[in-house]
Amino acid sequence: MSEPLLSFENVWLEYGDKVVLEHVDLAIAAGSFVSIVGPSGAGKSSFLRLVLGQEAPTRGRILLDGAALAAECGPDRGIVFQRYSVFPHLSALGNVMLNREFAAAPFTARLFGRARREAEAEAEAMLTEVGLGDALHLYPAQLSGGMQQRLAIAQALMARPRVLLLDEPFGALDPGIRQDMHRLILSLWSEHELTVLMVTHDIGEAFKLGTRILSFDKRRIDPHAPHRFGATAVYDLALRAKPQEKIAE
Amino acid sequence: MRWVNIRPGRRQSTVLGAVPLLLIVLVYVIASASRHAANPSDKVLPTPGAMATAMHGLLTSADPLSGKLIFWADTMASLERLGLALGICTLSALLVGMVLGVLPAARATLGGLVTTIAVIPPIALLPILFIAFGLGETAKVALIVIGITPFMIRDLADHVATIPREQLIKAQTLGASSWQLALRVALPQALPRLIAGLRLSLGPAWVYLISAEAIASDVGLGYRIFLVRRYLSMDIIIPYVAWISLLAIAMDFALMQLSRRAFAWAHAGAR
Repeated sequence: MSEPLLSFENVWLEYGDKVVLEHVDLAIAAGSFVSIVGPSGAGKSSFLRLVLGQEAPTRGRILLDGAALAAECGPDRGIVFQRYSVFPHLSALGNVMLNREFAAAPFTARLFGRARREAEAEAEAMLTEVGLGDALHLYPAQLSGGMQQRLAIAQALMARPRVLLLDEPFGALDPGIRQDMHRLILSLWSEHELTVLMVTHDIGEAFKLGTRILSFDKRRIDPHAPHRFGATAVYDLALRAKPQEKIAE
Repeated sequence: MRWVNIRPGRRQSTVLGAVPLLLIVLVYVIASASRHAANPSDKVLPTPGAMATAMHGLLTSADPLSGKLIFWADTMASLERLGLALGICTLSALLVGMVLGVLPAARATLGGLVTTIAVIPPIALLPILFIAFGLGETAKVALIVIGITPFMIRDLADHVATIPREQLIKAQTLGASSWQLALRVALPQALPRLIAGLRLSLGPAWVYLISAEAIASDVGLGYRIFLVRRYLSMDIIIPYVAWISLLAIAMDFALMQLSRRAFAWAHAGAR
């Protein structure tokens, strides 16, 4: 196997004397779909926040493409949260165009004329791909929960992130919509050759989507000081499924 | 049907809303008529006719000193002071509120100062303003500005600071710099709140305007009311108060319409 896209070298995360994550050693290959499961409070979201750059590890290092990760969010890592991922004051098109506007216009953060039309065409294509081709000019408040998540995914993909992070993205959706979203994320994953890290509470979803499952939990518990031991990836299962097979399922 | 489920329609609401207002007018007219029946020269509850006559005088007669029609000169002077002050308030609240809301370091540095200024009763500062700025326009405008800006700054800064963290993270993963984040994410969401804050501040702004005019002025709606009080001229005071209320309602309505037109997304839930 070639050089991993994302690697964790003995990563620890501590808040004061509370240890959240301990001794995380992982290598994640490009193109994998990693499902992260585990009980509440086992550091799944903290793990995601580390990758996102929202927090820095207390010890150890995280490498993306061989370079140490800056402890700040950047366009190389995309994120879709369970909620609040889209901007309520922008239409679907405006939400998705935002990345182009940030990239091309440092001062005004707006595009005009031809550059704008090009960005609009690109955003429209992306929205059509996630199934929002008819909702270009609607505001998030006018979209259903599933459509809002589609929008959030489209918005994140515009930045062409090296890693796409999903923090319980389908947790608030009803089961039927969730199936549609699974199909969508799998086809986007194979289409755009994404590397995905997804935190979920739903074990079935984790196995259905993932090519690899990481289960976070504490290896040891001190009954007198439960906070002194952190969680780590206690199970690491490779599922070896190909994207096409996944979609066929 | 339970009382809690009785919901009047739009037309019914308008009618129901007008009833208490009409009742007050009716009660006033009856009270006024009965007082005048007992004492034809009563000044406390002037009849509508007397008010119309008095106002006609102010509407058509010019002030012998300035040569301007008194009623309109009063209205223009007050609106000018109010407009200038509200403009300064809105701009500074937008600027400072955004900086405080977006930058945690600025909030840590200046938040305490804004809170301290906000707890000072503005009227208590009026003597200082008169001493510092003289008795002219500056002191009156300054009173309104000092009175409502701290509230508007705090309101806006709190609102901006409570924009979900997810949105700020998301913007950064889309490549936004601090400036771009403030401009495209925080500012558009702050503007409807700024208008809402301004609407809430209109009441206090009028209080400070009339206080300042009552104490030292030579023209203005507040000045006129306190001037004619010496002659017990209820026939001028009551129409002036009604006029001030009407102006306040019109300003509030205009701001609400502006917010609905310009920021339809922010009112989507209310429709």
